[in-house]
Amino acid sequence: MNKNVLIRLNGICKSFDGETILDHINLEIHNKEFITLLGPSGCGKTTTLRIIGGFETPDEGDVFFDGKRINDIPPYQRQVNTVFQRYALFPHLNVFDNIAFGLRIQKCPDAQIREKVKEMLALVNLRGFERRRVNTLSGGQQQRVAIARALVNQPKVLLLDEPLAALDLKLRKDMQNELKNIQHQTGITFIYVTHDQEEALSMSDTVVVMAHGKIQQIGTPTDIYNEPINAFVADFIGESNIVDGVMLADYRVKLAGHTFDCVDSGFEANEPVDVVIRPEDVDVVPVEKGMLSGLVTGVTFKGVHYEIIVDVKGFKWMIQTTDFVAEGETIGLSIDPDAFHIMKKSEFSGMFGDYSSFSDELEKLSDATEEIDEE
Amino acid sequence: MKFLSKFYIGLVFLILYAPILVVILFSFNKSGNLSYFSTFTLDWYIELFEDKEALNALKNSLILAITSSIIATIIGTLAAFGISRAKNRYYRQTLESVANIPMMNPDIVTGVSMMLLFVGVGAIVGAKSTLGFWTMLIAHTTFNLPYVILQVLPKFRQMDKNLTEAALDLGCTPMQTFFRVELPSIMPGIVSGLMMSFTLSLDDFVISHFVSSPDFKTLPLYIYTQTAHEVKFSMYALCTLMIIAIMLLLIAVNVAGSMGERRALKKARGH
Amino acid sequence: MKKRSFFEHIATAPYVFWASIFIIGPLLVVLYFAFTNQEGKFTFENILSLSSYSHTFIMSLGFALIATVICLLIGYPLAYCMSRMSERSRNILTVLLMLPMWISLLIRTYSLMALLDNGGLVSGFLTSIGFKKLTFIGTEGAVILGMIYDFLPYMVLPIFTSMNKLDVRYLEAAADLGCNNRKTLWRVILPLTMPGVISGVTMVFVPSISTFYISQKLGGGVFDLLGDTIERQFQNAVTYHTGAAISLVMMVLILLSLAIMNKFSDSGEDIIV
Repeated sequence: MNKNVLIRLNGICKSFDGETILDHINLEIHNKEFITLLGPSGCGKTTTLRIIGGFETPDEGDVFFDGKRINDIPPYQRQVNTVFQRYALFPHLNVFDNIAFGLRIQKCPDAQIREKVKEMLALVNLRGFERRRVNTLSGGQQQRVAIARALVNQPKVLLLDEPLAALDLKLRKDMQNELKNIQHQTGITFIYVTHDQEEALSMSDTVVVMAHGKIQQIGTPTDIYNEPINAFVADFIGESNIVDGVMLADYRVKLAGHTFDCVDSGFEANEPVDVVIRPEDVDVVPVEKGMLSGLVTGVTFKGVHYEIIVDVKGFKWMIQTTDFVAEGETIGLSIDPDAFHIMKKSEFSGMFGDYSSFSDELEKLSDATEEIDEE
Repeated sequence: MKFLSKFYIGLVFLILYAPILVVILFSFNKSGNLSYFSTFTLDWYIELFEDKEALNALKNSLILAITSSIIATIIGTLAAFGISRAKNRYYRQTLESVANIPMMNPDIVTGVSMMLLFVGVGAIVGAKSTLGFWTMLIAHTTFNLPYVILQVLPKFRQMDKNLTEAALDLGCTPMQTFFRVELPSIMPGIVSGLMMSFTLSLDDFVISHFVSSPDFKTLPLYIYTQTAHEVKFSMYALCTLMIIAIMLLLIAVNVAGSMGERRALKKARGH
Repeated sequence: MKKRSFFEHIATAPYVFWASIFIIGPLLVVLYFAFTNQEGKFTFENILSLSSYSHTFIMSLGFALIATVICLLIGYPLAYCMSRMSERSRNILTVLLMLPMWISLLIRTYSLMALLDNGGLVSGFLTSIGFKKLTFIGTEGAVILGMIYDFLPYMVLPIFTSMNKLDVRYLEAAADLGCNNRKTLWRVILPLTMPGVISGVTMVFVPSISTFYISQKLGGGVFDLLGDTIERQFQNAVTYHTGAAISLVMMVLILLSLAIMNKFSDSGEDIIV
C-alpha cells in the first residue's frame, strides 16, 4: 500500500520444539526508519530479527524485502547486516581486517577497502585502531567495531540485537546517542531489539511492543506511552496504575467508587474497562479537597520527587509527588480528566498495575533474571 | 612447612630423574660395566652411528609418525566438525564413545585385536603375511584419531555460534565461512592434535609390537629387540640422544610460546 | 542452509567408516576368537579354561592396585605441594613433570634397570657400605617399583592440573567459614580435585595391569603378568583363541573397575553436596 515499505512480514509463525515463539506477526518497516522491537525475554523479538536476517526460516508466512519474497534467500545474499548481541568479532583478525571482512568477500579493490574502513572508523570514533587485536578492546570499543563492520557493507537495513546489553549504564547512554547520530548520518533503516523501554522510547521513530509471540502495539514513542492499547503495554512502558473501571457513558468513567470526567469516548454504556493513570498525573491535595482519599503506606525518595504508595480502598496506587508526605498519613488525590486513559479489557487485565507487592529490589531482581535469560 | 614441601618435591623429582641421569652418565663410560665409571668415551655413540639398522628404524619412525598424524588429523577434524553439528544426540554420543575406546582400552588389547583383524583378513584373502608398513599406518592412525578429536572438538564447541552467523551475514557462503572463520578459530586445536599424534606415534611400542613385521621396524621396536637380552651401552647412547632431542623440543616449544605471548602483548601495548 | 547440513552430514563419514572397521571391527574379532574353537565352532571352553590362569589374574590385579595406591599416596601430596609454589616454579615443575612422559617407556624402564641391576649402582653402593649382596631384579618389589616409577607422572599431572584450576576464592570461603588448613584440604580441596584423582588413577591402573615390558625387564622373567601371558599367546602360540579370551576378560575387568570407581566417586560427591 505504501511505496516506502522496505520490509513486510506477513503472518509469520515460528515454533521451536512445539513451543510457539511467533504467532502471526504482521509488520511493515519503512525505509530510513529507526524501528525498535521491544518486549520481555521470550516475547519473540529476537526471533523476528533473526527471520529478517535469514538465520531462521518462518514456519508460516512470508517475508518481503523491497516487494520480493525472501523466505528462502540465505543470509549471505540478503542486503541486511547484523550487529550481534555479543559482537561476534572474529578473534583471529585485527580491527581493520574485521571491518574489511565483508568488502573482501565482495572482492572490493584494496585501495577502496582501505578508504572505506578508514571512513567507518572515523564514523564510530575509533581512528588509529586499525592494527589492534579485537580482544584487547573494551566492550564499548568492540561494539563500535561490530557496528562499523556491519555498516561498511552499506546494507539497506541494519539489524541490532540488544547491542548495548553488555555495556554499563553510562556507556549505554552515550552509545544510544551515537547510534541515533549514525542512523541520521547514514540514512540506513535500523531494526533494533531491546527489552529496555527507556532505550526504546528515546531512540526510536517507531516502537513495536511484543509479548507472547504477538505484536501488542505499534506506534511512535509518545503514542505508546500516552495511549497504551492494553494493560501489558501500559505496565511495560513506564509506571502505571491500572484500575478496574466502568465506562458509564462517553466522557464519564467510574472507578474506586467515584465518578470522574474523562476525555475518552466510544465505549458501550456500562462497559467494564481498564483505566490507566500515570503516577505523575495524580495530585496530592488535602483530604477534604480530594476526589479520592487514601492511606500512605510507603515513601521512597527518588531525588527529583517522592514515590509514594497509597492504599485507596484496598488497591495500592503509586504516585509521584514533589511534596513530602509522611507514612501513615491520610491524603486526598485529585486527577485531571485528561490523565485518564481508558482501555478495553484484554487477556492482560488484572495482571498488572497494582503496587501492593511493589518493591524496587524485586523489580531489579526480576530485571537481572531477565538479562540472564536473554543470554 | 614451606621447607618440608620443597624438600618433598625435590626428593620425588630426584628419584624420578635418577635413572635417566644414570643412563646419560654411563653412555659416556668407557668401562662397559654398570657398577663403576672409569673414563669418558664416545665409543658407544660411534657404535650407534655405525649401526645402519638404528638409522633405518629412525627413518621408519619418522615416516610413520608424519603420515599417520596427518591422516588422523584430517579425518579427526572432519569428524569433530560433524559431531559438533550433529542434531541427533545419540549419534553424537555414540561417535564420541567409540572414540573413547582406544583411549580407555589398554594398548595391548588394542594391539592384539588389530593384529587378529589383520591376520584374519589376511587368512581370508590368502595372503601369507599382512603385517608391515600398511598395518602399522592403519594402527597408528586409529590410536591417533581419538586424540585429534579430543583436541579439536572442544574448539568447535567453544566457537561462538554468532561468529558463523556473522560471517554468513557479511556475505560468506557456507564454504567461505568454514575456511575464513571456522578453520582459523579451531586452528590451535588442530595443531595440538597434530603434534600430539606425531609424538604418540613416535613413542608407541606396545601396539606396534603386535602389528609390525621384522621388515618394518620403528625405533621403539628396535630398542626392544636390542635390549631383550643384555645391557647394550650403545642403547644408552641412543636413549641419551633421544632424551636430549625431547628436551630441546620441549624447551623450543616453551620459548616459542612465551616469545609469541610477549610479542602479542607488546603489539597490544604498542598503540 | 540446506547445502550446509549435507556437508555437516558427510563430514563424519570418513571417521564412521574408519572407526567401524578399525575400532569396532577388531573388538568383534576378539569376541569371535574368544568364543570359538579352532574349527570355528562356538564354545565357552576358552573362557572356562582361564581358571588355570586365575593366579595370573589375581597377581596382576594385586600388583596394579598396589602400584596405583602408592602412586596416589606419593602423587597427591606432591601435586598439593607443587600447587602451592610460585607461578614461575609451577611452570618449571610442570615441564619437569612432563619430560619423563615424553621419554619412551622402554628407555625409562631400561634406565631403572641400569640402576637396580644386580651388578648396578644401587647394589654396588649397598655392598660397598657393608650390606649383604642384594638382588632387586626378579622381586615383586622391583616390578611394582617399575610401575610406580613409570606411571607416577601420569598420576600427578591430572591432579596438579585440577588443583591449579581450583578457584582461590573457594579456599578463602572455606577459611572464612572456619576451616583450618587441614579441614580445607579434606572438605574442599579433595572433593574438588576428585576428577583429577580419577583420571590419574585410570592412567596408572590401566597400563599397570596390562604391562609386559616392565615385568619382563624388572621381574627377570619370574612373574607372569596378564600382559606377559597375552604377549606370549600372540607372539608364540599356535592359536589365538586363549589369548583372545584373556584379552576379553581383562577388558571387562578394567571396565568394571572403572565403573566401580566412577560409581564410588559419584556417591562420594553426593555426600559432600
